[in-house]
Amino acid sequence: MKKKILFSLRSPYREQLEVTGFCFGHGKKSAAIVGAMRGNEVQQMYVCSRMVQELKKLEAKGHIADDCEIMVIPCVNYYSMNIGKRFWTMDNTDINRMFPGYVQGETTQRIADGLFSKIQGYEYGIQLASFYQPGNFLPHVKMMDTGFTAPALMKDFGLEYGIIRRPRPYDTTTLNYNWQIWGTKAFSVYANATDIIDENAADEAVYAILRFLDTQGIISANTPPAYVTKLTDESKTSQIRSEAAGVFKSLISIGKRVERGDVLGIISDPFDGEVVSEIRSTVSGTIYFEYCAPLINSNTVCFKIIK
Amino acid sequence: MTETIASAALAVHENLNIQKRRIQKGEKKTRLSLVTGTHGDELEGQYLAYMVGSFIDQNIDMLDGIVDIYPALNPMGIDSITRGIPMFDLDMNRVFPGSKNGTMAEMLCASIVDDISGSDVCIDVHSSNIFLKEIPQIRMSAPTAQTLLPYAILMNVDFIWIHDAATVLESTLAHTLNTRGTKTLVVEMGVGMRITKEYCRQLFDGVMYLMKELGMWKGEIASVREPIVSEGREVGFVNSDAAGIFVPCANFGDTVKKGDHIGDVVDPLTSEVVEKVKAVCDGLIFTLREYPVVYGGSLLARILQPVSGGEDK
Repeated sequence: MKKKILFSLRSPYREQLEVTGFCFGHGKKSAAIVGAMRGNEVQQMYVCSRMVQELKKLEAKGHIADDCEIMVIPCVNYYSMNIGKRFWTMDNTDINRMFPGYVQGETTQRIADGLFSKIQGYEYGIQLASFYQPGNFLPHVKMMDTGFTAPALMKDFGLEYGIIRRPRPYDTTTLNYNWQIWGTKAFSVYANATDIIDENAADEAVYAILRFLDTQGIISANTPPAYVTKLTDESKTSQIRSEAAGVFKSLISIGKRVERGDVLGIISDPFDGEVVSEIRSTVSGTIYFEYCAPLINSNTVCFKIIK
Repeated sequence: MTETIASAALAVHENLNIQKRRIQKGEKKTRLSLVTGTHGDELEGQYLAYMVGSFIDQNIDMLDGIVDIYPALNPMGIDSITRGIPMFDLDMNRVFPGSKNGTMAEMLCASIVDDISGSDVCIDVHSSNIFLKEIPQIRMSAPTAQTLLPYAILMNVDFIWIHDAATVLESTLAHTLNTRGTKTLVVEMGVGMRITKEYCRQLFDGVMYLMKELGMWKGEIASVREPIVSEGREVGFVNSDAAGIFVPCANFGDTVKKGDHIGDVVDPLTSEVVEKVKAVCDGLIFTLREYPVVYGGSLLARILQPVSGGEDK
């Protein structure tokens, strides 16, 4: 394993920011794995740290294929992590809305450029992704439909679902989108949690990434049995939104199969405790996202269902 | 008349309400919408909204048309000094056009678009952010320039910046409205979290001039200045390469030569100048950093170059 500083940035008042990559194997740029780009993506960083551990063991056993190099970048934005902010410390911009970056641009554009210039050219790119709302995801893999996409590759992760997303205008400055535009086959892996560590989901994400790398012939690894991945288009999934506001209680857990009309959760008045809304499924399918904060506004996505 | 154009229930006994005020008089149905407060840390538009509404109230018989004032598209943001939508950290101006059946932010944005659509002209007032101060200017993408420029030049701004189209900007309110045929001018002026009365007064004259030209105002109006238009000019960006405290020595609105010393980045710990900041080109400083703490990459100034081979007026 080689530890490399991919990009550094001086701060007026803090130790220098050093975006660090861990490299395994030698030769062709085969896979890059990126963890936390936001300050609350603790699970994403944790999954990467577990990958570093696994790849160290595989490398010691000679189980990384010849002429293959894998790089893991556990955390890009630890400055924000250390002060409890999601976005960039000073101007609150989102590094994952700055790609491909610009070397002469603003600070987060420079960070994005510094990172992207080092992770460009890999055959496969894997980002540990999070969602902007508090919630838990069934571990799954997602790919953006940029026209350069090979969705069938998502099956090689062996997660239950692979989802194809049609990019919106604001997606065009994300890492995943730009990786694809520049020829890397890019995937987002959702490992359930964001600002807490979920060990089971982390296990599943680590095994999925190892399984993928193994299937591509980059490593040789034993992993637990996989799912036969069901591929679906994001437009064919359903979002169930809250019709009222108050205290939210989920009555179901992710991964469960539900039928149309089933009660998935309730919302109660925060002062007198009366139930103000029952949240019912509008479709039959499997819950793959569940909102998890105690308070909820109206029109908030509280469940996502794969039909 | 004030009305709530969009509403969403918040978790604990409160609704988020987006309000507008309609001022209507006379026979004409010509409608001007004055929109601001998309970013909660931008306040210049708050005073402008007050000025325009107050002046029309006092001279209501001069109005022949409809003026809709939307002072706070992101009311919770203004209330909590939050640029984005509080709780989600979402930039509201990246959520348009929104969706009636979408999330709370998407639903609010869709309602806003529906309500403003059909205006003859919409003025969307921004005030930079807390980091940068801007001279009063209107920004538009190149594909919209032919339609918008005849209106923008009436607005009494100093500068009209026609920039390249960018896919990410397709999520803005202005792009959405322009795409739907509602001519929307994006104003940038001043600095975040402050009110610059002089700029508000300047834009107020522009709003009244535009109303006169639209046939909505029968009263006397002040003349307006001729703006510099960026067509045929380049904009130079001055970014910091060092980290420290930026202390400008050039002034906002100065005309500088390439290489002129415009400020220093200093280190308060070592008492050293860590970067002497120089103008990257000849021209007018139309953006200048207001917030002193900088990292490598922080924008310090923007300079509008003269027309190739020509002189500024």
